[in-house]
Amino acid sequence: MTSPYPILSIVGILIVVLSIAAGLIWLERRLLALWQDRYGPNRVGPFGLLQVLADMLKIFFKEDWIPPFADKYVFILAPAVIVVTVLLSFAVVPVAPGIIVTDLNIGLLFVLAMSSLGVYSVVLGGWSSDNKYALLGAVRAAAQMLSYEVFMGLSLMGVVLLAGSFDLVRIVEAQRHLWFVVPQFLGFVLFLIAGVAETRRLPFDLPEAESELIAGYHSEYSGMKFGMFFVGEYLGVTLISSLITVLFLGGWNGPVLPPIVWFLLKMFAFICLFILLRAALPRPRFDQLMNLGWKLLLPLALANLLVTGAVVLAKGT
Amino acid sequence: MTTHTLPHPGVDEPSFTALQNLEGERQVTRDGIETIWVPRERVHETLNHLKNGVERPYKMLYDLTAIDERNRVHRDGQPPSEFTAVYQLYSFDRNEYVRVKTALRDGELTLDTITDIWPAANWYEREVWDMFGIRFAGHPHLERILMPRTWEGHPLRKDHPARATEMGPFRLPPQKEENEQAALRFRPEEWGFARSGEDSDFLFLNLGPQHPGTHGVLRIIVQLDGEEIVHAVPEIGFHHRGAEKMGERQSWHTYIPYTDRVDYLGGVMNNLAYLTALETLAGVPVPPRAQVMRVMLSELFRIISHLVWYGTFAQDLGQMSPVFYTFNDRERAFAIIEAICGARMHPNWFRLGGVAQDLPSGWDAMVLDFVHYLPPRLAEYDREVLRNGIFQRRTKGVGTLTAAEAIDWGVTGPNLRASGVEWDFRKKRPYSSYEQFRFDIPTGTHGDCYDRAVVRVEEMRQSLRIIEQCVRQMPPGAYQSDHPLATPPRKARTMQDIETLITHFLNVSWGPVIPPGEAFGAIEATKGNNGYYLISDGGTISYRTRIRTPSFPHMQTLPMLCRGRMIPDLLAVLGAMDYVLADIDR
Repeated sequence: MTSPYPILSIVGILIVVLSIAAGLIWLERRLLALWQDRYGPNRVGPFGLLQVLADMLKIFFKEDWIPPFADKYVFILAPAVIVVTVLLSFAVVPVAPGIIVTDLNIGLLFVLAMSSLGVYSVVLGGWSSDNKYALLGAVRAAAQMLSYEVFMGLSLMGVVLLAGSFDLVRIVEAQRHLWFVVPQFLGFVLFLIAGVAETRRLPFDLPEAESELIAGYHSEYSGMKFGMFFVGEYLGVTLISSLITVLFLGGWNGPVLPPIVWFLLKMFAFICLFILLRAALPRPRFDQLMNLGWKLLLPLALANLLVTGAVVLAKGT
Repeated sequence: MTTHTLPHPGVDEPSFTALQNLEGERQVTRDGIETIWVPRERVHETLNHLKNGVERPYKMLYDLTAIDERNRVHRDGQPPSEFTAVYQLYSFDRNEYVRVKTALRDGELTLDTITDIWPAANWYEREVWDMFGIRFAGHPHLERILMPRTWEGHPLRKDHPARATEMGPFRLPPQKEENEQAALRFRPEEWGFARSGEDSDFLFLNLGPQHPGTHGVLRIIVQLDGEEIVHAVPEIGFHHRGAEKMGERQSWHTYIPYTDRVDYLGGVMNNLAYLTALETLAGVPVPPRAQVMRVMLSELFRIISHLVWYGTFAQDLGQMSPVFYTFNDRERAFAIIEAICGARMHPNWFRLGGVAQDLPSGWDAMVLDFVHYLPPRLAEYDREVLRNGIFQRRTKGVGTLTAAEAIDWGVTGPNLRASGVEWDFRKKRPYSSYEQFRFDIPTGTHGDCYDRAVVRVEEMRQSLRIIEQCVRQMPPGAYQSDHPLATPPRKARTMQDIETLITHFLNVSWGPVIPPGEAFGAIEATKGNNGYYLISDGGTISYRTRIRTPSFPHMQTLPMLCRGRMIPDLLAVLGAMDYVLADIDR
C-alpha cells in the first residue's frame, strides 16, 4: 500500500514534520514554564507562537562560524547527518491509510538502521570540534547510544513476532483489535526508555549534560549548525513518539475521529511525556546509566523476546 | 605583662589549666580569648602540643593570619614585632578558642610550616605569604593564592597601596604582556600533576573560571584518566576584592555594607558577624529588641541562602525544575526583607549598637504568612528531590567526609554536622540572644553529599521555628543602643544639649572612635562559622580586619572529596558543599 500521490505525501510529510519540530521548541518552552510556575515565551504573536519564527530568523542570520582549530569538513557534516537520518526515517512511518512516503517491507529495520547512523552525527560533531568538553560528550554519546540501541532493537522484536512482519503498515493493521501495548507492555516500556536515550533527552542527556560538560558535543557549534542539532533533537522526539504510536498504540486506529487525528493525538501525548520527563527528573551518573542498560534492560529485552517467541510458537502449533 | 584570665562569655569554668604550663607572654584582649606570645622557633612545637599534647585538645585550626604591626601605636604590653603571625585554634571539648601569636622582626619573615600538623594550614599559609610576604619553611607549595602569580608586593602590608589611584597609571608594554601570558600558560608540573600514568596519558580538563557548574568564578583543574578523576586542584582568587584591605580604609561604620558582599547570599548575617566583633571591641550593648530583630532577619537569610543552594544543587544533578520553585519561594522571603530593610540581597541593615530602623507596621503578619507558607513547599521538594531515586543514587556515598577529617580540615556549619558532629555555634556559644530560642541541631551520619543536603533542608525548618518564636516574643523597646559609640547616634536629644550634639556630629562625620584593642566575634553563618578579628589602634578606621570565612577551608577539601570519582561526582560534591566564591576569595 503506497500513497496514491507520492510527491504530495513526501512534501506534505516533510513540511508537517519540520513544522512540528519547530513548533515543539515553543511547546516545550511553554509547557516547562507552566510546570515551573513561570510564563515562558508569550510576547511574540498570540501566546508567543511566533517566537519560533523570530528564533529561526535570528539563527539563520547568525554568522556561520567554524572554530579555526576544528576539522572543518567533518564539523559541517555532523549536524547535517542527524537531520538527514531522522527525516529519512519518517519515510516509512505510516501516518494514516494512504499517507506514507514509501511502504517498505523492512520498514522497521530501516528505522533502526537510520537511528544507528544518527550516532555518527554526535560522535563526529564532538570529535571534530577539538574541544575537551565536546570530546567527553561525544565519547559518552557513543557509549550510551550504542548500548541502548542493542535492546532498542530487541525490545521491538516482540512486536515483529506478533505482527509477523517488519512492515510498519502491516504492524498497524495487526493492531486493529488489540494494541500491542497490552501483550507487549514490557517491550513498550523498554522501547520508551531506549527512545529517550536515543534522543539524548533528560534523564539521558549525559552527552550534553549542561552542568557538567557545558553543552557537551555541540559546545563549539553556533548559528544554523547548532540549529540543526537542535531541530534534529526535536525531530528525534517526534520520530520516537510516532514510532511508539505506530508500534504499540495502534497507529491511526481509533473510533469516531479520522485516522490522522488519532495518530497525531497519540503522538503528541508522548511528546508531552518527553517534556514532562525533562521537567521532573535529575540525571544519573554515566556508570549508573551503563549498568542500567546492560545489566537490567538488555536481559529484560531478551527475556521478553524469548517469552513472546514461545507464546507465538505455542499458538501456531 | 601579666597572666590574666577573663571570665569567658558562655563558658562557666575557667579552663586554661592546660595552657598555664605553656611558657609565653599573655596578652589581654577584649574578647577574653587566651592569647599567648610564643617565640617563633617554638610555634610549631606549641601548636603541636595544643593539638596532640594537652587534655581536651584544640583539634581545629580555626584561622591563621598575620598583622603588619609597623604602623601600630597602641601595642601596650606586647612584645616588639614588625609582623605578627596569629594562629587561632578551637577546641570542641572545651568549647574554647586559643590564640597563639608570634613576633617576626628584623626582616626575618620565616616560620616553620604547620601543614604537617593540620592539612588545612596549606591554603592559610599560602594566603599569609601572598598577603604579607611571610615565608613558611617546608610548605609543599608556597605560591600566591588570591593574587595573580605576577603580582608585585604583598597587599595587606601597610606600605602597599589600597586604591588604584594610589598606584601609578597602568601600562602594558609588550614585554609585560608576554610575561603575563606566559604566566597563564598551563604547565601540569606547576600544579603537582604528572602528565602520564602507568599505562595512559592523562587528560587535563579546565573546569572554569566560566563554567555553569562552578557557580561563580572558580577554576578547577582536573586530571582525568578516562572520566575518572585522578586529582583535582581548585584555583581561587578570581573573586578577590580586597575586602580585608578595604577594612583598613573605611570607617568602622561605613564598612558594614562591604560585609554584606562577603557571603553575598547571607545578606545581613554578615553584618552580624562583623558587629559581634565590633561591639565586643567597643563595649556597646545591644538592646533586646534589636537582638531579636537581628536573629529574625539572620534566620530569614539562612532560609534564603539555603533555598538558593537547594535549587542549584538539584540543577547540578541535572534536575531542571526545583530551582524555579525555590527561587519563587526566595522571592517571598525577599518581599519581607524588602519591607523591613528597604533592600533585598544586600540590605546593610544592622548598625553598631542595634539596627537601622524599627520594624514597619504589619511586619508580623507578613512573616507569619511566610512561616506558614514554606513548610508545605519544603515537603513537596522532599518528594521531588530528596526522595527521588536518581538523586539518592547520585549523592549517597559520594564525597564522604568523616568527623575527624572535617575537624582537621576546619570544616564548620552544615558540612560538619552532616559528618555527625552535633555542633552549632548558635547553641554552643550563643550570641545575639540565641540562647532563648528553642530549636534542634540536625545532623547526618555518613558525611556524604546526601547527608549534607538533608541537614540543610532540616535547618530551614528549624529556622522557621526560630522565626516564629521571634514574632511571638518580639520584645518592646529601643532598636538602637544609647551608648555614645552607637552609630548612627540617636537623634532625639541632639538639639537639647551641646554634648550630645558634638558626639552626634563627630560620630556622623568621622565615625565612632573605637578604643584600642583586639576582639574577635563569630557567628553560625549560612555556610559555617564566619568570624571577624578586628584590631583598633584607637581611630575611626580599623587597623586590621580579618575575615575568617567558612567557604575557604571547605573548598580546600575538594581534592580529597572527589579523588578517584567521576566528573558528575565532582559537580555533586561542589553543589553539596554550598560555597560562595566571594566567601572564599573575600
